[in-house]
Amino acid sequence: MNQEVRLMKGNEAIAHAAILYGCDGYFGYPITPQSEVLETLETEMPWETTGMVVLQAESEVASINMVYGGAATGKAVMTSSSSPGISLMQEGISYLAASELPALIVNVMRGGPGLGTIHPSQSDYFQATKGGGHGDYRLIVLAPSSVQEMADFVALGFDLSFKYRTPAMILADGIVGQMMEKVVLPEQRPRRTDEEIARQCPWAANGKAGSRRHPNIITSLELDSAVMEKNNERFQRTYREIERNEVRYESYYTDDADYLMVAFGSVARICLKAIEEARKQGLKIGLIRPITLWPFPYDAIAEAATAVKGIQVVELNAGQMIEDVRLAVGRRMKVCHFGRMGGIIPNPSEILNAFNRDFLTN
Amino acid sequence: MPRIFGAVTINAERCKGCELCVVACPVAVLMLQPKEVNDRGYHYAVAANPDACIGCASCAAVCPDACIEVYRVVEK
Amino acid sequence: MKSEDIISAENRVYTRPRLLNTTTMHYCPGCSHGVVHRLIAEIIEEMNLDNSAIAIAPVGCAVFAYKYIDIDWIEAAHGRAPALATAAKRLNPDRLVFTYQGDGDLAAIGTAETIHAANRGENIAIIFINNGIYGMTGGQMAPTTLEGMKTATTPYGRRVDLNGYPLNITDLMTRLDGTCFVTRQAVHTPAAVRKAKAAIRKAFKNSLEGKGTSVVEVLGTCSSGWKMTPAKANEWMVENMSAHYQLGDLKDTATTK
Repeated sequence: MNQEVRLMKGNEAIAHAAILYGCDGYFGYPITPQSEVLETLETEMPWETTGMVVLQAESEVASINMVYGGAATGKAVMTSSSSPGISLMQEGISYLAASELPALIVNVMRGGPGLGTIHPSQSDYFQATKGGGHGDYRLIVLAPSSVQEMADFVALGFDLSFKYRTPAMILADGIVGQMMEKVVLPEQRPRRTDEEIARQCPWAANGKAGSRRHPNIITSLELDSAVMEKNNERFQRTYREIERNEVRYESYYTDDADYLMVAFGSVARICLKAIEEARKQGLKIGLIRPITLWPFPYDAIAEAATAVKGIQVVELNAGQMIEDVRLAVGRRMKVCHFGRMGGIIPNPSEILNAFNRDFLTN
Repeated sequence: MPRIFGAVTINAERCKGCELCVVACPVAVLMLQPKEVNDRGYHYAVAANPDACIGCASCAAVCPDACIEVYRVVEK
Repeated sequence: MKSEDIISAENRVYTRPRLLNTTTMHYCPGCSHGVVHRLIAEIIEEMNLDNSAIAIAPVGCAVFAYKYIDIDWIEAAHGRAPALATAAKRLNPDRLVFTYQGDGDLAAIGTAETIHAANRGENIAIIFINNGIYGMTGGQMAPTTLEGMKTATTPYGRRVDLNGYPLNITDLMTRLDGTCFVTRQAVHTPAAVRKAKAAIRKAFKNSLEGKGTSVVEVLGTCSSGWKMTPAKANEWMVENMSAHYQLGDLKDTATTK
């Protein structure tokens, strides 16, 4: 096992992990704060080693459609961008979902709306977890809170995406993308051969129709509404299966907690520090960190909430994940939000002050 | 001088009666059925003057619906 | 000789290509798309490429091209076919990869993808059907609509002061170093059909041999959109379209490389 500990940025970890996964192609466009993904790939030159294709496209629109074209041939392909670029990709993401294609999309979030700020944010939670593009679809959304998870979630995202034939997204905030941390990278996996792709992806439009099989057609278009409804029902069955099988989260100090915090990504780490400070003062707060933002850990939060007096949701936005937390616990307890907007990172005492104000005064 | 004999068959049900084959034919073999229509309501093409056909396949070349087959015999 | 004596398998000189399946095409009577579809099926069959071809369908009238030619297809979002083709070809470099696009798809919404794929010299063939109108949505102005031409959104004729000039995007693509073969063809006569077929065949060969981007524009007619009979539409195309968009090879570096 390769246990070498390396120091790198989260964005660089994504790039290295992609090569090591045996990813077939990366298509992207520069945007802060994730440009290191493309830069690292161009520096590593994986086309010389694994044969991975790396291409700087003319836009995010082209990038996601290159991903669509590559995924349609059964290849493991990905892109990365940041919030405004991800907005541009929404049409293509909707097509990927509707055509039941596996692909990995990385969003290293910056503050919005509009051109916003280049600084870290978590304000694309709704876009990532509730649809984003048009139509009834879902993305598998993974929220890393460390550089190690940035690396690990590349393989996890691809594997889930191929397992369920639906696109997956790594929803990282700019902090996780930009900060340097130690990381252990996985072993190099070989890229799949044409024969393996033919076996694993019999649906792939890879030009190998000939006399051996019927032509494969990748399309999201269906003018017969009755058939389109059946297609939608099939997508929904897949989503229900993902909800049953793939919920991931971590809980800390929930066993004896009187209050609960819920936070994802980098913010969960700040909350944990705040909770440890609070416990020194005898205040028992627990933390749930959703790892899959979709499927969301509704049951885990509901269960952890049975014995607590209130829940504080902390996010780098104006209150997005809090809606899912409220769905999990209903109206039976007080659920409050504390958020800072793009680029303003709260410190632990700020979080505790907000907690005290919302739950302990009056 | 070798003599050339040609013939065409037209899939009347596929024909949309666009008349492009009629225009393309150099020896005026084809016309649109003036009265009858096919199941989809088109006046389909027919070989009204089959003896003139030279099997040049001009009609098939311009047919957008690929409904014409062409045959040719060269008698020496 | 009587017809019944002539009509036999050994005397057959033309039949529909096997790859063009028997699904009735949704195109209007006389539509040029049908002819170009048939040519593509013939060429792929003749070059034995059904075990290689990855075709990218557009949005527009040809959106259902994948229903008619029995090869692998990917249906793109509007205008994005060259981006899909870029990845499909780079990830599967030994395959024939081509796009099939109309003028709205290629020259309006997909201009960026088209120009950049061609400028990178992607080893793809672009089959570009230019009939100067949006057929599928009901005959609105296209970027290639001629000055003065009436459409649903230029009911009094295209005015350059309001709508700009007809976009000669194929000429533009000759100026890109990534293109190896750029040609403009038509399918209005048997002779034109034969030349168009030769051009598409060459474009496919270039894709397989990795010579760069090939662009085959085919001037098409849209009798429904132009509101005339198919035969009249062919005449109108010759008189008007080919006056602005001259037929013939515009660039061919593949032979000199």
